Amino acid sequence: MLILECPCCGVVGEETEFAGGGEAHLKRFGPGSSEENFHDYLFAKENPKGVHFERWRHANGCGKWFHAARNTVTLEVYGTYSAQTYEPPQEIKDKVSAKVPGWSWREFA
Amino acid sequence: MSKAVSALQGASYQGYVTVEELGLRGMITLRGDLASAKLKSAVKVAAGVAVPKQRKVSLDGDVGVAWMSPDELLVMVPYEGVEGAIASIDKTLKGQHYLAVNVSDARAVFELRGDAAAEVIAKLCPVDMAPGQFGPGDFRRSRMAQVPAAFWMVDETTIRIVCFRSVADYVFKLLKDAAEPGGEVGHFG
Repeated sequence: MLILECPCCGVVGEETEFAGGGEAHLKRFGPGSSEENFHDYLFAKENPKGVHFERWRHANGCGKWFHAARNTVTLEVYGTYSAQTYEPPQEIKDKVSAKVPGWSWREFA
Repeated sequence: MSKAVSALQGASYQGYVTVEELGLRGMITLRGDLASAKLKSAVKVAAGVAVPKQRKVSLDGDVGVAWMSPDELLVMVPYEGVEGAIASIDKTLKGQHYLAVNVSDARAVFELRGDAAAEVIAKLCPVDMAPGQFGPGDFRRSRMAQVPAAFWMVDETTIRIVCFRSVADYVFKLLKDAAEPGGEVGHFG
């Protein structure tokens, strides 16, 4: 069971109040992109054992989307942050580094 | 026009907490920039109370305004007063980016009365209802068993719940079940 804090309304709620929205920080490849890029955008998702970044929605609450950094092994949530960003904020990266030195996830580390 | 009725027409249940459907209540969804002075004055004119802070509700008897999300308020007025309230909001916010819509008939409102009202909520929602954690004036949107619901504390022994009309019967049965005599937990003293 995950305990997430919604950065939009400040509610600290458990998992069932939220809805997972898959991998975070996807770069969209739409019309005009190569088939390989489009394929990877649709299907090639990260499935890490350890540090992971995801999108979540406060479905049974304020209804807003946000990002969460968590660990898929320990279920620890390192932090949640705004959906209006292209990469995890430094403060979240620092929190992850403190627990998992040397982590990397896609182009972030 | 046909006569408007609420989902359960004022059904009530006397358990160790009283559960009652409150009948027709006027409700307006108001979306916009909650920090703007125009919106604040529109709310003040329409409902007579101030825009509440995050996860709070401003109440004046049955009239009130609840904080739903960073850009949404629920304005509660008497059922007959909804058209007038929307007209006054429209007038004050003319030219602004906002939305005010009458959702009165899309919702059902329940009231719990009794010393253990918070306990009944705690049985159904993943919310910390301990005294000191959730008190009068607090507002929370959450999940009630399998459906979304929002509730707020009027005073220590009174909690009001708003849910979608389509699940009013389900929510009433949930509350009845949770308030059944013999089901007291007493965790909150």
